[in-house]
Amino acid sequence: MKAYHFSEMPYPYVPEEVEKSYHSARVILPSSYMDPVKLADLYERYLDDYVYADDLGLDLMLNEHHQTMTCLAPVVPITASAVVQRTKRSKICILGSPLPHRDNPVRVAEEIAVLDVMSRGRIISGFVRGVPTEIQPANTNPVLTRQRFEEAHDLILKAWTTHEPFNWEGRFWHFRYVNVWPRTYQEPHPPVWITGSTPDSVTFTADHQYTYACFLTPYEWTEMLVKTYKQRCAEMGYPEPGSDKFAYLALVYVSDTEEDAQEYGKELLWYLYRERHPQFNAPPGYLPPQVLANNILGRGVKAYRDSFEQLQEKGIVIAGTPDKVLEKVKYLHERCDIGHLLMMSHAGFMNVEKTRRSLELFAKEVYPAIKDLGVSVSPARETAAVA
Amino acid sequence: MATATATQWRTEKVALQGLTLETLEGGQGEPLLVLHDQEYLNTGWPYLDRLAEHFAVMAPSHPGFGQSTLPEQFDSIDDVVYAYLDLLREKSGVRLVGMGLGGWIAAEIAVHCSHDLKSLVLVDAVGIKTGGPTERDVADNFIMDAAAFLQASWHDPEAGAKVMKLPGPDLPEEDIITLLRNRQTTALFTWKPFMHNPKLRQRLGRITIPTLVVWGDSDGIVTPDYGRAYSGGIPGAKFSLIHNAGHYPYLEQPEAFDATVLPFLMEKK
Repeated sequence: MKAYHFSEMPYPYVPEEVEKSYHSARVILPSSYMDPVKLADLYERYLDDYVYADDLGLDLMLNEHHQTMTCLAPVVPITASAVVQRTKRSKICILGSPLPHRDNPVRVAEEIAVLDVMSRGRIISGFVRGVPTEIQPANTNPVLTRQRFEEAHDLILKAWTTHEPFNWEGRFWHFRYVNVWPRTYQEPHPPVWITGSTPDSVTFTADHQYTYACFLTPYEWTEMLVKTYKQRCAEMGYPEPGSDKFAYLALVYVSDTEEDAQEYGKELLWYLYRERHPQFNAPPGYLPPQVLANNILGRGVKAYRDSFEQLQEKGIVIAGTPDKVLEKVKYLHERCDIGHLLMMSHAGFMNVEKTRRSLELFAKEVYPAIKDLGVSVSPARETAAVA
Repeated sequence: MATATATQWRTEKVALQGLTLETLEGGQGEPLLVLHDQEYLNTGWPYLDRLAEHFAVMAPSHPGFGQSTLPEQFDSIDDVVYAYLDLLREKSGVRLVGMGLGGWIAAEIAVHCSHDLKSLVLVDAVGIKTGGPTERDVADNFIMDAAAFLQASWHDPEAGAKVMKLPGPDLPEEDIITLLRNRQTTALFTWKPFMHNPKLRQRLGRITIPTLVVWGDSDGIVTPDYGRAYSGGIPGAKFSLIHNAGHYPYLEQPEAFDATVLPFLMEKK
């Protein structure tokens, strides 16, 4: 099992009453509430945390979001490049590039290829559809995100694996000479991961034998998604996937005492408890009409406002002493066959000392005992991802 | 609210190329095609009864709305316009009335082939760009909740709450799903550029048939000034305000709407 340090690089210094007055931490919250001098300090600190995690032997994860105080990394190739330059060892998982929202997928292929070569093959290339609040910043048609995702994916994979110019005339993108320099360092291309939270999102990922990443889903839901992936592999006649095909993102906090873990681990909930605008969070077409109707009729599932205790019961938060965290991570692996633990180990106002003590305890007292879990990896795929 | 002479509305299925349109049909006389707006349930509203006293009314649900199918490759108003051009090939001397989103479609149809049409009525239509890049000419209804939408789209939001059918727990589930599908299809066709075709305004001069542009004087989705700009682009078009009405004057002030629109439609050429 592999473990990854992750921070969304938040800018937490916006007064709560301001955020409440806009009903949103995203999209429309004015940047006048942000001080670039404070952010410069934050960037330095977040990058230093990544270096610290690299020194401890952990792998690293980065992401991107737009127009939000929750994530000041709107261009992940830039932050990833900074991390590449500061580290020597760790894998750098970019999870991910929001494919429907990128105007030019060839540019995505180039960005990842440059990072892969600069890092001498340390890049994991995640592709994401993007959360609903990414629709407005990119002004992407919310009804076509899946179609755009799939075409962008096909084009990027072809660009990475075709080492001569080719023609692309699809529905959304048109190029007469695609010929990406540089080639990727890893052959045939960096590992591809895709995020998802519903069974219908599993099919595409399983069909390409990519790693499927679940974010903050309760145990039973994660277990169901993993089973769905495995069933799909069986239907397709693919080999049984190893736990390297399954990643899970949790809020993780390790502390010297259980009392401290229960008190300070709560600081990670800052991320969950931000204001979510009802319309920006549900653009038309992002979810099917039946799902939206269920919400109107009171059949929807309420999320994101669970208590710290409930979140721990569901496995969304993993907090405690090293022994307790080890037990919980083992349980997650055994129940859901997770091979990659993505740890949101910083959020909101959590300070450097707490973040690093938690990473240190994890790396020194938990990681050695789980490294060998699920080391059997999936057999290599027999067919290339793109014909 | 049905009157004694209420029309018997028939729901029909019309097969076009790769598409089946659900249409509401009723009344007798020369053909009148009514193209509906967004946030609208295509049913036998009283204003349609009045139109059907004088014309053979056909009120289709646009592709992807109501029970009409949505071909996989459809993703723009242009696709809808070509579907209606197919429909119009079967008819001649059609009078065309378009509301809101349907007004945009009607204007595009008239730009393509006004020689096939007898007259055109645009009601609180979207579809053109009048202001500069930082001016949002059409209000972003997609970020409004029901209360905000009624506030923007009705002169009397309380009356709107009673008359209008918006997705909410009081409606039957099938109507909720229809309205949400309508909204999704609206987004599919109008997301970017938002609610307009950048080239339509300069093309309005191609419309050569008698045209009436009708506007609710309290419309907060597209203002009367936007309507005047629309009307000003169409040679010889008349512009008429309906008082105490918002974006849906045919639902909010049906008598005033009839009194404005019917004489125009019944004028001899």
